Amino acid sequence: MRRKLRLYGHYISIVIRGMMQYKASFLLTALGQFLVSFNVFLGIYFLFQRFHQVRGYNYSEVLLCYAIVLMEFSLAEMWARGFDTFSGLVRSGEFDRVLVRPQGEILQVLGSRFELTRLGRMLQAVVILIYAVCTAGIQWTAGKVCAVLFMLVGGMAVFSGLFLIYAALCFFTLEGLEFMNMLTDGAREYGKYPLDIYGRRALRLATVIVPYALIQYYPLQYILGRTASPVYIFLPLLAVLFLLPCYGLWRFGVRHYKSSGS
Amino acid sequence: MKKYYSFFRLRFFMGLQYRTAAAAGIVTQFFWGIMEILVYRAFYEADASAFPMRFEAVVTYIWLQQAFLAVFGAWIMEGEIFDTIRNGNIAYELCRPVSIYQMWFSRSVANRASKALLRCVPILAVAALLPSPYGLRLPASLLHGGVFLLALVLGLLVIVAFTMLVYVTTFYTISPEGVRIFCVSVVEFFAGAVIPLPFFPEKIRYILELLPFAAMQNVPLWVYSGSMSGEEMLRAVCLQVFWLAAMVAAGRSLCRRAEKRVTVQGG
Repeated sequence: MRRKLRLYGHYISIVIRGMMQYKASFLLTALGQFLVSFNVFLGIYFLFQRFHQVRGYNYSEVLLCYAIVLMEFSLAEMWARGFDTFSGLVRSGEFDRVLVRPQGEILQVLGSRFELTRLGRMLQAVVILIYAVCTAGIQWTAGKVCAVLFMLVGGMAVFSGLFLIYAALCFFTLEGLEFMNMLTDGAREYGKYPLDIYGRRALRLATVIVPYALIQYYPLQYILGRTASPVYIFLPLLAVLFLLPCYGLWRFGVRHYKSSGS
Repeated sequence: MKKYYSFFRLRFFMGLQYRTAAAAGIVTQFFWGIMEILVYRAFYEADASAFPMRFEAVVTYIWLQQAFLAVFGAWIMEGEIFDTIRNGNIAYELCRPVSIYQMWFSRSVANRASKALLRCVPILAVAALLPSPYGLRLPASLLHGGVFLLALVLGLLVIVAFTMLVYVTTFYTISPEGVRIFCVSVVEFFAGAVIPLPFFPEKIRYILELLPFAAMQNVPLWVYSGSMSGEEMLRAVCLQVFWLAAMVAAGRSLCRRAEKRVTVQGG
């Protein structure tokens, strides 16, 4: 395990050093990431200029929710980007080379990319989080801080799992499937509001199919003081289990891999 | 003119071949549309009096936006054109007895039109069948419907003229990513793709409506809802024509200058 981690660290340092050869391009892309999510923030800002609250959530509370989801997503995207661009690896037949090396495929695919440019998004999430924490008037306790941390862990796991599914499906389709964007980008985009905004039925779907509610809605209820039950703190950790079926699908895909050659 | 029409036709029919991609796109757009509508429903229930238009009008706005996403989406640019400039294949294009600007322009229009045509019909049909507050309504009148179509075509041309400006800047910067992301975010926001322009505060909205970005999607969608009087529609369409002319003129002159000093990359 330690050797694997060291190897992973080595992979990442190579990727980052490579990226730093093109500093201007790196900075521009990071800035671009910042701008794209800044639009979402401005959208929330202007809607709250007009409406002040939605389903009992005020501006700061929605921002808190948005910042945490954005962080979960950017962290997952940063380190699991290799899965996001996996279709290229399958289509070009590059994956054959991965298979013959004496290391796990997941380690190699993860190590092939490390999207540091997502720091642009991350930076914005941090700024918004700080603003929301200062203005939301929450009484912070150790439990609530833990809830936020667990949300980040669980969120990273869920989004990484989705990227893994996306990659696993490439074994069968060769192309990346556009509808998967609904589950990843869609969750980032619409996770900016607490999920009960979309109605009870949507909330139930988001608990059962992909456990979004476990990394957003339920712990948020605890943080905002709407429920006192400490079970809600640990629900995000339960979402980590989502990785199991994703991994199963990936194994199934690897076993059915037929090289496309080139 | 005839050769550009051929470029258009070639691309248009090529685009119609990608039906599986279109089916996937349709499913995604439906999902997106439903989620958008649910967001606005929540805001409507929070404070109906703060709504700038009727709820049904917002729903119609959202469905049209989704149905014609291939027309309005600022991020839809042609990777092929960027590649041509970056890898030096532009040399071949320059040899042809055609204007690069017009060729790329007609190709881009064809791509967007064929994509939109494949996607819009099923989306519009299903959206129209949805029950009352969540369904697509008919245009306010026959006149509004007609002006909507005109404004839609003009909007398509304006947005293509805008993307042409982005392509042409690639001649000068070679690496288009930064410019591209920046332009896309600006357009998305000011055109009303993030939140519809009527939801902006009055003063900001007044300025936004004069900018070229409003000419891209806000004008056709707003015309359809029937919220504009005849005079306002005329003004909006004239503004579209003005921005189209301005951007085409700027794009062509920039393109001509770039062609004279173009460096062919690669080998």
